[in-house]
Amino acid sequence: MATSVETRPKPDQGLGARYGTFMSRHSSLMPTFAAVAILIVLLIGAQMQFGNFLTARNMSALLLDNAYLVVLAVGVTFVILTGGIDLSVGSVMAFTGILLASLLAQGVPAIIAIPAVLLGGAAIGLMIGVLVQYFNVQPFIASLAGLFLARGLAFVVSLSSIKVEEPAVLWLQRTRFTIGEFYITPTGIIALLVVALAVYILHWTRFGRTVYAIGGGEQSARLMGLAVARTKILVYVISGVCGGLAGLLLTAYSGAGYPRNGIGTELDAIAAVVIGGTLLTGGTGYVVGSLIGVLVYGTIKKIISFMGAEQSWTQIIIGILLLLFIVVQRVIVARSARRRR
Amino acid sequence: MPGRRHPARDNGGMDRARPLLELTGATVRFGRDAAIDDVDFRLFPGEVHSLMGENGAGKSTLIKAITGALPLDAGVLTIGGERMHFTSPHDALGAGVSTVYQEIDLLPNLSVAENIALGREPRRGIGIDWKRMRENARATLADLGLDIDPASMLGTHSLAVQQLVAIARAISIDVRVLILDEPTSSLDLDEVAELFRVIRDLKERGVAIMFVSHFLDQVYELCDRVTVLRDGKLIGEYLTQELLRIDLVQAMLGRNAAELTSRTDASAPTAAAVENPYLSARDITAGPGITRADIDLVKSDVLGVAGLLGSGRTELARAISGIDRLDSGVIRIEGKDVKITGPRSGMSKGVVYSSENRRTEGIISDLSVLDNITLALQADRGVFRQIPLGRRRELAASWVEALDIRPPDLDRPAGTLSGGNQQKVLLARLLALAPRVLILDEPTRGIDVGAKVEIQNLVGEMAANGLSVMFISAELEEVLRVAHRVMILRDGVVVDVLDAESLTVDSLMALVARPDELDE
Repeated sequence: MATSVETRPKPDQGLGARYGTFMSRHSSLMPTFAAVAILIVLLIGAQMQFGNFLTARNMSALLLDNAYLVVLAVGVTFVILTGGIDLSVGSVMAFTGILLASLLAQGVPAIIAIPAVLLGGAAIGLMIGVLVQYFNVQPFIASLAGLFLARGLAFVVSLSSIKVEEPAVLWLQRTRFTIGEFYITPTGIIALLVVALAVYILHWTRFGRTVYAIGGGEQSARLMGLAVARTKILVYVISGVCGGLAGLLLTAYSGAGYPRNGIGTELDAIAAVVIGGTLLTGGTGYVVGSLIGVLVYGTIKKIISFMGAEQSWTQIIIGILLLLFIVVQRVIVARSARRRR
Repeated sequence: MPGRRHPARDNGGMDRARPLLELTGATVRFGRDAAIDDVDFRLFPGEVHSLMGENGAGKSTLIKAITGALPLDAGVLTIGGERMHFTSPHDALGAGVSTVYQEIDLLPNLSVAENIALGREPRRGIGIDWKRMRENARATLADLGLDIDPASMLGTHSLAVQQLVAIARAISIDVRVLILDEPTSSLDLDEVAELFRVIRDLKERGVAIMFVSHFLDQVYELCDRVTVLRDGKLIGEYLTQELLRIDLVQAMLGRNAAELTSRTDASAPTAAAVENPYLSARDITAGPGITRADIDLVKSDVLGVAGLLGSGRTELARAISGIDRLDSGVIRIEGKDVKITGPRSGMSKGVVYSSENRRTEGIISDLSVLDNITLALQADRGVFRQIPLGRRRELAASWVEALDIRPPDLDRPAGTLSGGNQQKVLLARLLALAPRVLILDEPTRGIDVGAKVEIQNLVGEMAANGLSVMFISAELEEVLRVAHRVMILRDGVVVDVLDAESLTVDSLMALVARPDELDE
């Protein structure tokens, strides 16, 4: 019988069969592995070049300097997995950051101000989601509207930077938990918790699986009776909340809110997501990959500063990496399509 | 015609059981046109019921009305005596109505197990229980006789396996009504047999099954009852065993079916013509699909190509028409060596190809019939020699008339036409190029019986007008009806070329089948 050709893997099968089983199950992990490989090559290369790169201090800073970007990238991963895009997150981060600083300066307690800015992020995400889902606006355009709106709102709140004196917020950045030579601040812990929570949501909840299903085929997901509309709106809300949280982290990190923060950061986040192995067409990718993507981004930035070169080189190298990854992804997609014929 | 509207209704003795699903007076309108108009349909528990009709008869609409994918403009749906108002496929699933659509509506980026369980994943604690999901999937798949790794990505499997996974999904819920819309179109014979075994099993368990298929053999083999639709109207409900095939076809077509059985009777080409083929190819090898094949295409001749899926029939066609690159081999046209480097170069040498994938490699759905017909002609002339609109309309109109494309509306988006008419639009597109060699890959797949015959007759006419046609079809009967000579392919190798006159469906089938299958 034709169907008996494909058999279940047996434990006593050789390496080849195991490889086949692994590929049939996890071929979508390959781009993320590639990102890990690139990260390792970068780290080892930098260590060999500079000799003092792989230090505990440097590695700890790598996470902490980019904590806000990790959170943004996680939010954007949700959206990209459904096949959408969210350009608003950088502006949302600026808006929520300045709003937080302003509220705190006016004497609003942190326990109210922080939920308020997260809600602000959620509201902008909700607006984008509703535009995309119910008004059939392209995600690119809807989130571009969100980008302008949030940036405008940030300037409405304040035209100049506002310093943060609130101890609770400063605590997030100033407290250092040390593990041997390594250290981590609450902002770093929050970023890692966000990644962990996202992994849980995407892989162990129905909502998360619906996100992947929509990316695989929205029409099919609908015919399967999945909650497509709700899920599509929610991913933008999640992205908005992540934008708000990133605003909190960045404000804590820099000790001030500034309405010009994060111009172009949405593109850094998207680049990190793509380098981390998430397909822009949706349906394939991993949040952990996005974390790796951010670390690749941060490492390149750090290497450039070690070399004392212009930071514009970061952009050039990220651009080249992106190009490489997109080509690799196309090849993978084309190959799996050919296998199916 | 035998059969009345619901014979069982006035004859209580025949069906004492009450229908599980009953749809009465169903009407669905798209704008002013009614896609189905006052249709009754019923399904009894433990029966397999076929819904038959030509393309455009309203079968899909009826299915969508039952599953809640389309709202009813009028009519009542009851299941188990209870009136239902489904607003989405999700509601229908909740009521135990499961549907497998014609196009595989699964997600290639997720695992097999997930595709089966999606939306009702087993949970443990605060998360999805992946282990149990895989075990459940394995059990459901085993029911279908399918032994594949449930954790593998769906996209890594063949279409046939994917189709079976779709069915596994449909039966993995507590299914009361199972709707199968052309489930066999991508399956081979063994797989069809396996599917039928599962369907009979479900029937034993009291599931009401609706089975839509173009294959009459399958309908007669499997179904207890047939409901026929034509032009959105109910023609009748019949017991399969009391209905003659010819009457069923007649009910579907509403015209005399005698023409369906007649052989297109163009005279075979002369021996001299066969000696000097227009196009002759030698030692054609292209990828793993086709190896060292020889083919001669003769003027005023139809060469039928018979072979199983994967025998290399499509690969051969694509290789000689320049769609795919040749690994080796020579092509001669009128005795001169030529290089066909692409579809465009094929076109310029009079060789045109119509793909088996009408929707993705043929029709451009959003463009009008007019544009679809004149597309290739304009492309052949180049951008700078625009054909004036008036001339294009004239040309397209003449083809619409010649091929009887319906509705004869040049400005209608081609995607809204029925499958048969789309195929005719594609034929018109190619014929407008005045080709010498016409390669048709499964031109009648997925279109209804009436249109099938029209296409077959057109092929005969074209050959009679001097064209050389290569006609590929999975239906051996059709190959024999249309072709003068039949090429038999097996595993990428040309086995033989025989006279159609000397073959019967049975003898051809024996040649096409692999020898080891004959032993069984």
